[in-house]
Amino acid sequence: MKDFKSRLFSSESRLSDLITAHPSLLTLLTRLGISLGFGDRSIADVCEASGVDTSFFLLICNVYTFNNYVPSTATILGTDMTGLVPYLEKSHKYYVEKRLPHIERHLDSIAQKLSGRIGKVFISFYNEYKHEVEAHFLHEENDVFPHIRALMAGECDVTYSISDFLQSHSDIEGKLNDLLNIVFKYLPPQVDDDNVLDVVYDILRLSEDLKKHTFIEEKIMVPMVKHLENAILK
Amino acid sequence: MKQRLLIVEPSEVIIEGLKGILDGQIRFKVLEPEMSADNLEERLLATRPDIVLVNPTLVSNISRLRGEHALALVALVYQYVERDVLKNYDGVVDIRDSRAVIIETLAQASPAAEERSKNNYELTKRETAVLVQLAQGKTNKEVADALNVSVHTVISHRKNITHKTGIKSVAGLTVYAMLNNLIDESSLL
Ligand SMILES: [Fe+2]
Ligand SMILES: [Fe+2]
Repeated sequence: MKDFKSRLFSSESRLSDLITAHPSLLTLLTRLGISLGFGDRSIADVCEASGVDTSFFLLICNVYTFNNYVPSTATILGTDMTGLVPYLEKSHKYYVEKRLPHIERHLDSIAQKLSGRIGKVFISFYNEYKHEVEAHFLHEENDVFPHIRALMAGECDVTYSISDFLQSHSDIEGKLNDLLNIVFKYLPPQVDDDNVLDVVYDILRLSEDLKKHTFIEEKIMVPMVKHLENAILK
Repeated sequence: MKQRLLIVEPSEVIIEGLKGILDGQIRFKVLEPEMSADNLEERLLATRPDIVLVNPTLVSNISRLRGEHALALVALVYQYVERDVLKNYDGVVDIRDSRAVIIETLAQASPAAEERSKNNYELTKRETAVLVQLAQGKTNKEVADALNVSVHTVISHRKNITHKTGIKSVAGLTVYAMLNNLIDESSLL
């Protein structure tokens, strides 16, 4: 863990240096409420100007960048988590409104090159996955996030408990992995075109992103909410 | 690759006899036998055998033994054991069997171990049959009944199919089966 501490980002670094070193963090900025055009300002300056808590921003960036980094309870409780639920909601929107439609367009072109019935089964596999993901997000938005908002506002909300969440929290990358295998291993040679390569990259990226999303929910959100629940029930 | 074989049997005479038969065999590596089933679960985790040759009177709940690993369980009998009990095993070795029959039974019992050792990513006929049934929407139990094997065998085949194709979900496997012309639309329910 010591090793991590020295590698984790600090608020004094330039935001642009962070992005140059880890370009994939670029997709996080909007979701975290930071727009481009931040020039050469430090992370702390940009965050302050955008009304984003710096330690929360760094926490998310660190989780996305270092695969084995699990923030300690002390770190979680010491961080202003006001931005967590809005961030998760924006991520859902980003996946549903940006990433999935993108993947879907590629898959549609691929399906057109498959024979009719195979194309149909192929697309319906994807649609089934999409509906599962949407239902997963909807459950969190309708049941989990309002619970957290209430707790954060100091209300005693006993209608829902975060341990129910962890028990039923389903895996949303598994089928994406199935899709990946189908697309790059088993499609007939006649569909071997740019669409296949593009969609393979898109799927890989989304799947990495979703893994981190799940990680943030289970390893940051859950411990934080447990603490809130205990504090309020006392 | 040799298949790792664990014998679980209280009688020393029978253990020694089996070792005598299996020792010179290139197919099996005989692990240190267990004389009771008391610490069997830990032992399975620690030694990861491919095949367990076990006296059925020692174990009450065989499905617990299988746990997560893809191992073959073969019953070792020398007294009367009820048919219903033996049905849950992947094979039955009777100590009155000949040397050749015993070796063959053990080799046949473990589709999982057999497949792993071959490092072959083509689906076997049996796996293809299981895949086709699953793609038709059948449950593990229904597949087992249709193919006349145990549910455990079906699960073990499924693990191998997923290991080979990288596809886990039934829906994904259905797409795979169609792309490979293993099924057509008319057979989908
Ligand atoms: Fe979520
Ligand atoms: Fe989730």
